[in-house]
Amino acid sequence: MNSLILNAATRLLVALMLLFSVYMLLRGHNEPGGGFIGGLIAAIGFALYAMAHGTAAARRALRFDPAAISVVGLGIALLAGLSAALAGDALFTGQWWFAGAIDGEKGLPISTVLLFDIGVYLVVVGAALTIALALEDET
Amino acid sequence: MSWLLSLPIVLPFAMAILAFLFRANGRSGRWLSIGGSVLLLAAAVGLMIAVLQRGVIAAQMGGWPAPFGITLVADLLSAVMVVITAIIGLAVAIYALADIDARREALGYHVLFQVLLAGVSGAFLTGDLFNLYVWFEVMLIASFGLLVLGGDKEQLDGGIKYVALNLVSTAMFLSGIGMLYGLTGTLNMADLHLAVRDVENTGLLTVIAVLFIVAFGVKAAVFPLFFWLPASYHTPPVAISAIFAGLLTKVGVYALIRMFTMVFTQDIGYTHGLLLAIAVLTMITGVLGAAAQNEFRKILSFHIVSQIGYMVLGLALYTPLALVGAVFYLVHHIIVKANLFLVSGIAKRLTGSFNLAAVGGLYKSSPLLAVLFLVPAFSLAGFPPLSGFWAKFLLVKASLDIGAYLVAGTALLVGILTVFSMTKIWAEVFWKPHPEDVAPALRLVERGNLTALLVPVTGLAVMTVMIGFFPEPFIGFAERAAAQLLDPTGYVTAVLGASP
Amino acid sequence: METVLAPLVGILVAASVYLMLARNLIRFLFGLVLLSNAANLTIFIAGGLTPAMPPLVPEGLARPAEVVANALPQALVLTAIVIGFGLLAFALVLVYRGYRVLGTLDSDAMRFAEPDEIAPDTSRSEGRVP
Repeated sequence: MNSLILNAATRLLVALMLLFSVYMLLRGHNEPGGGFIGGLIAAIGFALYAMAHGTAAARRALRFDPAAISVVGLGIALLAGLSAALAGDALFTGQWWFAGAIDGEKGLPISTVLLFDIGVYLVVVGAALTIALALEDET
Repeated sequence: MSWLLSLPIVLPFAMAILAFLFRANGRSGRWLSIGGSVLLLAAAVGLMIAVLQRGVIAAQMGGWPAPFGITLVADLLSAVMVVITAIIGLAVAIYALADIDARREALGYHVLFQVLLAGVSGAFLTGDLFNLYVWFEVMLIASFGLLVLGGDKEQLDGGIKYVALNLVSTAMFLSGIGMLYGLTGTLNMADLHLAVRDVENTGLLTVIAVLFIVAFGVKAAVFPLFFWLPASYHTPPVAISAIFAGLLTKVGVYALIRMFTMVFTQDIGYTHGLLLAIAVLTMITGVLGAAAQNEFRKILSFHIVSQIGYMVLGLALYTPLALVGAVFYLVHHIIVKANLFLVSGIAKRLTGSFNLAAVGGLYKSSPLLAVLFLVPAFSLAGFPPLSGFWAKFLLVKASLDIGAYLVAGTALLVGILTVFSMTKIWAEVFWKPHPEDVAPALRLVERGNLTALLVPVTGLAVMTVMIGFFPEPFIGFAERAAAQLLDPTGYVTAVLGASP
Repeated sequence: METVLAPLVGILVAASVYLMLARNLIRFLFGLVLLSNAANLTIFIAGGLTPAMPPLVPEGLARPAEVVANALPQALVLTAIVIGFGLLAFALVLVYRGYRVLGTLDSDAMRFAEPDEIAPDTSRSEGRVP
């Protein structure tokens, strides 16, 4: 699509959407949000970019093959789930570390749950874009 | 425990990821595929040993206690299904060395194949109804991909019908899950077993049961919901047809057996009576459909339908002996049917066609292949002393025991008609001379390919003969599995802890 | 609220059956979309509709402060929507590919896998011989 308005707006919107998708991903554990919804927002951002500048440009902007992104995401999610076994828990049990925790201060919580969510995020971005770009290519 | 139960699911997924990452690297995918199947077999055997020693085992994913979290459970039936999945997976992975071309490998055949195995194992091992739905979908999406991989005309045509009908069945399954949850408040199968006893509105429960019969009936390809199967199974490459023929419909049968022994037992007269009618009609239509076909794989496809009827029959009669027969039949059928599809692929490769009119002469030129065809073919028809004889014998005996003479007669008649189909293939493909007077011999196939083609076929044929000659341990095993199905107390205790 | 939504499920299913009976595959797909939405809605209604807070535990408490909604049906519906979305996207791409390759959207005209004639069909064997 060759539209000046869309082209100009896309530059701003895509950056905003990607930022917002990461925000959604990170707030997901305790509040509404999460990897799936974040991934969809990011995928919409790239789909918009593909609409404005063509799929070739979108693939360049993505840098990696979308299918590869989703498979890597699946691998990350799988590893996050399996890592519970290292701590001796049942598989897919969330593991938590509190980085820099001192008395009375919780520190920065880091968990395999977040890792799993990042995996989900990548799976969703990859899968949605694989389909969207393939359909866009055909027309 | 947790590891033992999740390895058969995690391993194929890991292999799928590796196969994808190395997909650019030419032939590494196929070795990953074979290696993955070997590891899966090892994991499945480990699981089987554990189940044999300790009875039903269960694990809670994420450490959430039973009715709330996702539970993986293995009783004898689940364990044997996972083992057989791994065996067929290995056989097909070896066969695929010679059968899947480089183009399909580059398109991701090995990735989809491993995802399919993961989905099938997951469906066998899960103890949660919604999770079963998820594994069904994993399996379906992989099978969709495999079915249309390469994108030939016939493949797309068959694929559209396959996808359409399976998606409708998925929606039915989902509605059934929703209503069952609304009625009982739980989706954990063990918990459901207890919860359905307290349901007052048993009429609604029966309606839901029928919804599940339709949903699983489409997956299992029973009458009158089987039309997607003969429309699609003969279109992809043989290796893909074989794994579909061996495993996919049987997941539907497994789900039927699981649900209708564990949950829907409140109105056996109606639900199992319905299943009995379905089973008989499935047997008859399948075998008659096969008699009308003149294409090797289409005949075999219709026979899948007819054989599914026998397994559902075992469930529908719902006596201990009939369930023994159903379990035995399930295992025997997977081996035999996958093997027949693999043989059809070799015959096609030698003679150039699946069309019975255009081929011939294989008995003279490759007697080894003729023997390898006869073993599974006669086993399918139920000749002693092959595995199919014992499977049919158990089912017929079970129906005679409860005085269902008509059913027993139908089962025997369908057996005879199966012989007719098999002799038709035998006469056309092997006995009559080739119409163009060529003598296709096995040695014409390139050496490496020949090994890849013959090893799985021979291995599966040997298994059929073994089960046939030494049926006692297998029947004994099926008896124990059926006893667990009829009395799920052990299952419930393993999942929920001490039984209330 | 259930009494309003339950007939809605019925209407959705009726509409989807009507659409799915059409020979045109695009109509069939639309019917499928409606059917999967009806199934999702069924789960949602079956979980019980209550005006309640989201099931989140506030900071510092061990359990939710007030009555919360049942989270399970929502999780199930979300999963079902995601899976349904994936499958329908696949089906759409498949039908589109089918249209490009087979040249038709009429399910009656799709007889490539099951041709009517029984005559020997030599064209199929091409390209499969190694």
